Amino acid sequence: MAKLVTSLNIVAPDDFYERLIRTHEGLSDDESAALNARLILILANHVGDAEVLNEALETARKAAR
Amino acid sequence: MLQDRYSLAFRLYPYQRSADQDAPTPVRHPVVVGGGGPIGLAMALDLGRQGIPVVVLDDHEGIGQGSRAICFSKRSLEIADRYGCGDAMLEKGVVWNVGKVFHDDRQVFEFNLLPEQGHKYPAFINLQQPYFERFLFEQIEAERARGAPIEIRGRNRIDAVEDKGNGVELTVMTPDGPYTLQADWLIACDGANSPIRGMLGLDFEGRVFQDSFLIADITMKSASFPTERWFWFEPWFKSGASTLLHKQPDDVWRVDFQIGWDIDRKEEMKPENIRRRLDAMLGADVEYDIVWSSIYTFQCRRMRKFHHDRVIFAGDSAHQVSPFGARGANSGMQDVDNLGWKLGLVIKGQAPGTLIDSYNEERIHGADENILNSTRATDFITPKSKTSHVFRNAVLDLAEDLPFARSLVNSGRLSVPCTYDGLSLNGPDQLKGGPARTRPGSACPDVPLEDGYLLNRLGDGFVFLTIDADAPESIEDDGMTARHVALTTMDDPSGALAERYLGTAKSAVYLIRPDQHVAARWDHFDDAALRKALRKARGKD
Repeated sequence: MAKLVTSLNIVAPDDFYERLIRTHEGLSDDESAALNARLILILANHVGDAEVLNEALETARKAAR
Repeated sequence: MLQDRYSLAFRLYPYQRSADQDAPTPVRHPVVVGGGGPIGLAMALDLGRQGIPVVVLDDHEGIGQGSRAICFSKRSLEIADRYGCGDAMLEKGVVWNVGKVFHDDRQVFEFNLLPEQGHKYPAFINLQQPYFERFLFEQIEAERARGAPIEIRGRNRIDAVEDKGNGVELTVMTPDGPYTLQADWLIACDGANSPIRGMLGLDFEGRVFQDSFLIADITMKSASFPTERWFWFEPWFKSGASTLLHKQPDDVWRVDFQIGWDIDRKEEMKPENIRRRLDAMLGADVEYDIVWSSIYTFQCRRMRKFHHDRVIFAGDSAHQVSPFGARGANSGMQDVDNLGWKLGLVIKGQAPGTLIDSYNEERIHGADENILNSTRATDFITPKSKTSHVFRNAVLDLAEDLPFARSLVNSGRLSVPCTYDGLSLNGPDQLKGGPARTRPGSACPDVPLEDGYLLNRLGDGFVFLTIDADAPESIEDDGMTARHVALTTMDDPSGALAERYLGTAKSAVYLIRPDQHVAARWDHFDDAALRKALRKARGKD
């Protein structure tokens, strides 16, 4: 049973996307990679649920083209 | 023909010619232990205390130099205490609770092991391996004086092993030349490079970690540090990709630098180069002496099976882990604890030979848990890809402010005994509301009693422990006696007994194995159920 929310769950998605990109502004690639890593850890801890996290990891990996 | 592989810290069992060397036909012994390190000595002690004759063959005449394993866990001390030498170790050892983790030049966080109250032994002591071995040896001497049939033969090197189906034949090299010896059982405690494993052509597979570590044991002359475990990731002083500082007895400090894979060992071992790293870390004005140094690499691997007919592997010969988490010698001690009583019962005819299969099952379970934990710690300490490194440092960057990230910092998950969940010897768990930590398969946690500690009361035979429940004084089943240890919650005013063994239950009956692991538990005494579990725990099902 899938638990990962894949339908739109973010209020004002365009706002979020813009903030995400802007958060990286002025950072080198290495600094951005570090920020992304911190962000993933913070969000993963917020989610907590192992099933959701596993599904998110698999979904992200599968989406590689 | 017999060459020293290392120099000795203590010369304890000089070569003496044995009558076996002059016997016209090979003499047969019930048990031969190959290797006189900590695991071999503990094995001999366990069996000898049961009255089972043991011959230990060691190619040296005593205990090797160098601190090596320095961190001994509560469980190892409890096992040693069962053998009678836990107190001597505790007295010599350094007890520590506080650890600090640094990244570069800043402290990421500090932890306190905050040991649970009401245990005879602390979570850990630091003690140089030669002392640990010497206490075991001294206990062997004490047991011998009481008649325990233990013999240690120095400068006896096993050169060949032949599997004879119901026993083994050994070719043993001595300063007087070779002789032949037979044994019903051979216990290989001959370390990670186990020559016995090699002679039998057995596998030892796992992961190689491409990193080297430089150990320097130093005594400080002009400065000191607190009795704490300090661990640096990417330290500012650049003496290694990680560095560990930890205190040992005799005012010796263990410093452990991660120095990379592609190194010139000989060059790195030069005193001036070791001093260069130490000076950068300690400051040029700090004076110290280097007591011992060594470079090591490691692998995380195990044998597919620890039990091959009449040859049984225990300790590093069977499984090897990284040092992070203190899971090497400590897991070897649990091997001995597990194998000792089983082999004892089999040799005395009180259990079927198949009971030894449960050693394989339970200790592989333990080894896999140790390998998993130590591999994870190693991957955190020595990230092997750029992304892994980025995530590791992200954890460290967050750990200072965010509590969740501290839990992800892994500089070694410290050794705790494994629980044999769902394995063959376990009986029923019929204690409603019973604590999870004492479910069948668990090592019994200690409890303070008015006149001592619970684990001392359990001793080393089969025991049924009752708490506020009636039961007969002992039970005999098929030639085996299980002792009754009767307690009430009044025996422990601190409440730990109730908390650790009753939970929300009003009464409890535990069947406990000679290695102090729980075999089964109920809320009341039921003769038939207990006998059934007692048979199951001896592999008689």
